[in-house]
Amino acid sequence: MKILAWVVKRDLLLAMRRKSDVLTTLFFFVIMASLFPLGVGPEPQLLKQMGPGVVWVAALLASMLSLGRLFSADYADGTLEQMLLCPESLALIVLAKAAVHWITAELPLVAFAPLLGLQFGLSEQALWVLIASLLIGTPVLSLVGSIGASLTLGLRGGGVLVSLLVLPLYIPTLIFGAGAVDASTSGLGAQGHLSILGALLVLSLLATPKAAAAALRISLE
Amino acid sequence: MSKVNLYKFSAPATFYGLAGQMIPGFAILSAILFAAGLYISFFVAPTDAQQGEAYRIIFIHVPAAWMSMFIYVVMAVYSGIGLAFNTRLSAMMAQALAPTGALFCFIALFTGSFWGKPMWGAWWVWDARLTSQLILFFLYIGFISLQAAIEDPKRADRAGALIALVGVINVPIIYFSVKWWNTLHQGASISFSKAPTMAHTMLAGMLVMAVACWTYTIAIALYRVRLIILERERHTTWASEILGGAK
Repeated sequence: MKILAWVVKRDLLLAMRRKSDVLTTLFFFVIMASLFPLGVGPEPQLLKQMGPGVVWVAALLASMLSLGRLFSADYADGTLEQMLLCPESLALIVLAKAAVHWITAELPLVAFAPLLGLQFGLSEQALWVLIASLLIGTPVLSLVGSIGASLTLGLRGGGVLVSLLVLPLYIPTLIFGAGAVDASTSGLGAQGHLSILGALLVLSLLATPKAAAAALRISLE
Repeated sequence: MSKVNLYKFSAPATFYGLAGQMIPGFAILSAILFAAGLYISFFVAPTDAQQGEAYRIIFIHVPAAWMSMFIYVVMAVYSGIGLAFNTRLSAMMAQALAPTGALFCFIALFTGSFWGKPMWGAWWVWDARLTSQLILFFLYIGFISLQAAIEDPKRADRAGALIALVGVINVPIIYFSVKWWNTLHQGASISFSKAPTMAHTMLAGMLVMAVACWTYTIAIALYRVRLIILERERHTTWASEILGGAK
């Protein structure tokens, strides 16, 4: 547990020293979502329907683009190898790193999502559901993404490759995340979707740190 | 077969020979079965009352779809064995199977859209099965490109194995989420599940074609694994003898 807190603290400190990384991801998210109305036209009804999906897809891509930061700096300066050698559980370290990725790359998106939702004309209730679904769903993205990031560590063209590996695995999260908002606006209630998102979160909390730790060992052998 | 034999043939050098002996049998069998299957499907099987001649595409479509899913599972099993017991050959088999799996996946999607156009009036609908087949295709592509991107064969094997295992855990999750998504989006009005009962000859044609696809897969995977073995073992004496002889 101590190692978890230590890695979180250290990585957060490092992230705070380089705020531009956080901001880049955030603005990618905002720009990406703002492109859609320009592409499909300003029809309010259409935008209202597309809104949740667009925000979710933008969050997915923004999260995926920032996956490279998860391990690359520690890999480049050799810290990661020390972490592999240390007697603490590597899975816990990975979990901590995924948590920091979530805090630095995705929490700001969640905070900005209502603003984008307003651009798409979502109702207040839909905005709350959007926030809730993003809060539960985005940690899954960080966790699943950590597997892809550790497998592609140090490879040429790793950035494109990670999208091929990770995006298909993101699909269930996207479906239930965007689906939650749709369900609530159509009067079905979002609880079912949010519960499944929660189940996905629990599952990935249990399974992905171990898988990503194994992947790190493979990549650094 | 006794255990000793299995261990013996898990060595690439001995398996190379065994695979070489097995390929002609499976290849010939597959050619015969394809010929028989195509004959049944084009000349013996009756024209469908509702769908006319267009239904005949299922004779390749359904076996291809079966194979694409089955091969992924086999790949994952080989990957699991490879990771657990550190056997090089298992990873090579997984690598040899992947392109065939992706090919069958593509055939299933391609023929499906050719069937969909006259039947549903659309090349593509976001039906749960179509969508999950498409995602399976993406998973194959991810596996293949990850392996291709890594230079070191040992790392490529193990990284590929891990992503195959992660993928196979995800396949049911993806399938059910897509299915649920699809039923919530009223959209697709077509369902595969209430297919009309088939005539016996149709079923026979499909099964023969399925076995033909199986034998084809075995033959081509063994062929490919032989090439992979040679490439990986080119520095060994036995392999360089074979390569020298081939020149």
